[in-house]
Amino acid sequence: MMKPIRVLVAKPGLDGHDRGAKVVARALRDAGFEVIYTGLRQPPERIAEVALQEDVDAIGLSLLSGAHNTIFPRLFAELHARELDDLLVFGGGVIPEGDVPGLKAMGVAEVFGPGTPTAAVIDFLKGRLAA
Amino acid sequence: MSADLAGKVLAGSRRALARALTLAENGEAAEVLRALVPHTGSARVIGVTGPPGAGKSTLVDGLAKVLRARGESVGIVAVDPSSPFTGGALLGDRLRMNDLALDPGVFIRSMASRGSLGGLARRTGDLVKILDAAGFATVLVETVGVGQSEVDVAAAADATLLVLTPGMGDGIQAIKAGILEIADAIAINKADLPGADRLDAELAAMLALAPPAPWTPPVRRTAAATGEGIAALLDALDDFHAWQAETGERARRRARRCRAELAAALEDGIRAQVLAALPRDGIEAVIARVEARRLTPADAAAELLAAARLPEPGADGRILEFY
Ligand SMILES: Nc1nc2c(ncn2[C@@H]2O[C@H](COP(=O)(O)OP(=O)(O)OP(=O)(O)O)[C@@H](O)[C@H]2O)c(=O)[nH]1
Ligand SMILES: [Mg+2]
Repeated sequence: MMKPIRVLVAKPGLDGHDRGAKVVARALRDAGFEVIYTGLRQPPERIAEVALQEDVDAIGLSLLSGAHNTIFPRLFAELHARELDDLLVFGGGVIPEGDVPGLKAMGVAEVFGPGTPTAAVIDFLKGRLAA
Repeated sequence: MSADLAGKVLAGSRRALARALTLAENGEAAEVLRALVPHTGSARVIGVTGPPGAGKSTLVDGLAKVLRARGESVGIVAVDPSSPFTGGALLGDRLRMNDLALDPGVFIRSMASRGSLGGLARRTGDLVKILDAAGFATVLVETVGVGQSEVDVAAAADATLLVLTPGMGDGIQAIKAGILEIADAIAINKADLPGADRLDAELAAMLALAPPAPWTPPVRRTAAATGEGIAALLDALDDFHAWQAETGERARRRARRCRAELAAALEDGIRAQVLAALPRDGIEAVIARVEARRLTPADAAAELLAAARLPEPGADGRILEFY
């Protein structure tokens, strides 16, 4: 039997919009992924712990608040503390072009800007994770 | 690696526990389960079922908080439906359990039903066993919100909590469909909304009409969103567990579960063995005759099975008596 890919879609930050995260979560479900969604305002520590308990293959962060340069490092520190350094982490939302190289150097596998078709996210995950 | 994994689960590694649960979910945990099953049996397993949106996840969150306040550890398996079309799933139960996420005495695992009907996934029972072996005192199992005939959970748990809500159009429908029979306790959740009195009265009338049984499910009102009534609901579940232990009912239920699990495992094995014994060559020719409407599917199956030279059914009926 084929094993579904499990993805945690998380929405850190203090802003109250999770439309983008929900759109991605539904698109991934419709593409055959098992998606864990935990709602708004998730602190990095909780995201890492949920990733551990759910044994996900990837974490997608939806960021609108401009806090990406602080949230990603905190998430990677929390993942490291749980020996989850190999997890595939990607981001989406409002992230300035100029910040992308820095995020990638830090370990973010891919950054999807606003308006990215969900198919691009699906192709990326399938490419990186298909068994 | 797997034997080591079981050791790490027993030693309390949450990472190993998560890995073991994944293996079990994928049906690849034979070795891990072999090592862990001797360490199971201490947890009390409570199934939480009820119609979609009744507040099962919120109630599981509330029950877990009361248990934690008492100092008990809690494992949670929350099942949500897989899409029958894509196989994908949106697992949102733990959205209601965010306060518990960082509690080291709690471990929550979301599970997709992966094609199973009846409210649980095929491997939910294996996940429960692993959490039991890992030492969680209580394991709460939330079913898919189906509301009709979640009999699976009654077989998988020591106690089944049925969650109903006032004013839901299909509430009484669900009860009519026979779901009341599997309830060991009933929560009237969203008791803050109008209609709780009426549902309470309807339930009392129905329970009074039920055939005499050694245990009548207690009915408790809860407002899971505020936590109101949850401690009293847990007390009612405690009463049931005490009664179950005293009367030997728990042991009987667990014994029935063993038989059902053996039957399910046997069916997997039987299917695989019989399929392997079917003749490779003639199958396409037989299918062609079915397509040409010269053979019924049942006769075609009988022909293939005859060619496989398996013993006749009924040759030794006693073997199947345990079913
Ligand atoms: N008014 C009120 N709303 C509640 C109560 N308990 C839960 N809810 C709300 O009911 C909605 C559904 O709650 P869930 O806990 O997700 O219900 P569920 O039964 O787990 O839903 P599914 O898993 O999708 O079947 C949420 O919006 C809750 O906030 C309650 O006691 N009173
Ligand atoms: Mg739920």
